[in-house]
Amino acid sequence: MTAELSTEQLTRVNAHIDGYRNVRGALLPLLHAIQDDIGYVPEEAYLPISKALALSVAEVHGVVTFYHHFRRHPAGKHILQVCRAESCQAMGSEKLEAHIKSTLGIDYHQTTQDGSITLEPVYCLGNCACSPAVMMDDEVYGRMNAEKVVELVKEARSA
Amino acid sequence: MAIKVYVPCDSTALSLGANKTADAIATEAKKRGLEIELVRNGSRGLFWLEPMVEVATNKGRVAYAPVQPKDVPSLFDADFLTGGAHPLNLGLTEELAWLKKQQRLTFARVGITDPISLEDYLAHDGYKGLKNALELSGSEIVKTVTDSGLRGRGGAAFPTGIKWNTVLGCQADQKYIVCNADEGDSGTYSDRMVMEDDPYVLIEGMTIAGIAVGATQGYIYLRSEYPHALKSLNTAIQRAENAGYLGEKICGSNHTFKLEVRRAAGAYVCGEETSLLESLEGKRGLVRFKPPLPAIEGLFGKPTVVNNVISLATVPIILDKGAQFYADYGMGRSRGTLPIQLAGNLKQTGLVELAFGATLRELLYDFGGGSASGRPIRAVQVGGPLGAYLPESQFDTPLDYEEFTKIWAVLGHGGIVAFDDTVDMAKMARYAFEFCAIESCGKCTPCRIGSTRGVEVIDKITSGKDHAKNITLVRDLSDTMLNGSLCALGGMTPYPVLSALNHFGEDFGLPANVKAG
Repeated sequence: MTAELSTEQLTRVNAHIDGYRNVRGALLPLLHAIQDDIGYVPEEAYLPISKALALSVAEVHGVVTFYHHFRRHPAGKHILQVCRAESCQAMGSEKLEAHIKSTLGIDYHQTTQDGSITLEPVYCLGNCACSPAVMMDDEVYGRMNAEKVVELVKEARSA
Repeated sequence: MAIKVYVPCDSTALSLGANKTADAIATEAKKRGLEIELVRNGSRGLFWLEPMVEVATNKGRVAYAPVQPKDVPSLFDADFLTGGAHPLNLGLTEELAWLKKQQRLTFARVGITDPISLEDYLAHDGYKGLKNALELSGSEIVKTVTDSGLRGRGGAAFPTGIKWNTVLGCQADQKYIVCNADEGDSGTYSDRMVMEDDPYVLIEGMTIAGIAVGATQGYIYLRSEYPHALKSLNTAIQRAENAGYLGEKICGSNHTFKLEVRRAAGAYVCGEETSLLESLEGKRGLVRFKPPLPAIEGLFGKPTVVNNVISLATVPIILDKGAQFYADYGMGRSRGTLPIQLAGNLKQTGLVELAFGATLRELLYDFGGGSASGRPIRAVQVGGPLGAYLPESQFDTPLDYEEFTKIWAVLGHGGIVAFDDTVDMAKMARYAFEFCAIESCGKCTPCRIGSTRGVEVIDKITSGKDHAKNITLVRDLSDTMLNGSLCALGGMTPYPVLSALNHFGEDFGLPANVKAG
């Protein structure tokens, strides 16, 4: 099941596609542009993308699904990424993960009921000097603990 | 003249609240009617002390750290703008032991300058390497890089000059320089620091590479987890173009070099060079068979230099100061310096650039100050998620590519992650397989299937099911992955797994200190 795209969103998707028609290796930058704009890569976009870039729909689908970054469904208002890599594990990220999941009442790749937070695992944010780390949208937060994450979530929800 | 106050804009500093600190300083200065010039510099790399604020005094820059917004009024009360005494005053930054003991070549400017200021870059020896390169032929540049002994800092340690020479020798209507900025290894952040804190040095290094081998187009393949690096690079590229350092007729010469940042999309395997090229071409990041080498048939089938950020960012200083200057640092066949990244359970984490040859123990205790938790350091993973776990008995190994090979370990990209004695090494071995399963591109069977089977076998071992049989099985499986995988992802996952098993057998239900198998 995919969410229905509004006419306005479809127009925007098509505008992005037009912008990448003559770029070499355009597929990743184009998928980024679409996701940055409307929050995910809708399946309705596969056919026009494939036509514009001379690919098959299967190839487009293959690329979208290969990369962890691209989402095929709308996400919550904010994306919370929690680092699961070794450095963060060395500083107790496992407990933090469990705490975040129970606080939000969701598992990875899920969105809270109020639609405010989507939770994703991530394998290194390059903030390993201040583990454990999380990322809320485009901002990294270091030396996290249960209280700080709760505060971060509260701020995001009220923003 | 307004006094310069420095507050880093590096993402680790930001992750500890540097923006709030900067705002608090600006607000407090205004409130007190004091004129200051707030500079957002890169980080000096003393990450355990971020946010580190520096003030330019006539004696040099004075550091105050770590500064939280609540500390700001008291700093003004203590007259910190003239280097006044305060509990957070660390003295002159340049005199800090952590920095004084380092040999910063690649990171010479990092933390000192405003990253996106081209004027600052030029005032601190920027573009001197390019100026020299423009006087040399392509083969002379390549020879300089070869003679410096620089080896790929991404992990494979292949001599950079030899790679360039292959591309130089190819006849083609188009060649490419590709920068591998898909720094996905846990415990590493030196690429990120260069890109956020001194982006022009990478741009200059790629430009020199382009001129050397005759490539007119460059791409930086940047991981999507680094939004600040993206902004910093794009701003710097734009400014370099405007000033004639990129584009056509570089610095009035006949050379053309264009540069573009392409965002990756969260696939660890795309740090492998052929998978990266597939991704840049807009495909799934499936690893390619080699040969052909990317140097001969790389991006879009054309000869391509693929180098790591640190390798390329080290080229300017080599061209500026000469091959011998760089080669004089280091030991054995590991010439020059390695930017080492201290991470995980350490008291004093951060960036330490040193000539090859320092021991792990010096890094963990002299620089790192021991564990953050205060408990004994039990295991250290060097070189990212595909690097071996080392026990204390190996802490005196010098950081040198060959010395690490001798103990069946790798230096990789220079990341060091420390674990205290609460770590369960069987769990870490399981995680290594799990990570491989999540990130496998799926092209070869040992990696695609082996990783999942590996998780299952470790689970059987830890639950005691057919223990001896499964210990043998995990060794067999590791052997298959080691020898049968197409790239380092499957091929090196056995490093963390087997090193954990060999050095920490007690966590796998084996008698302590007895090596299994």
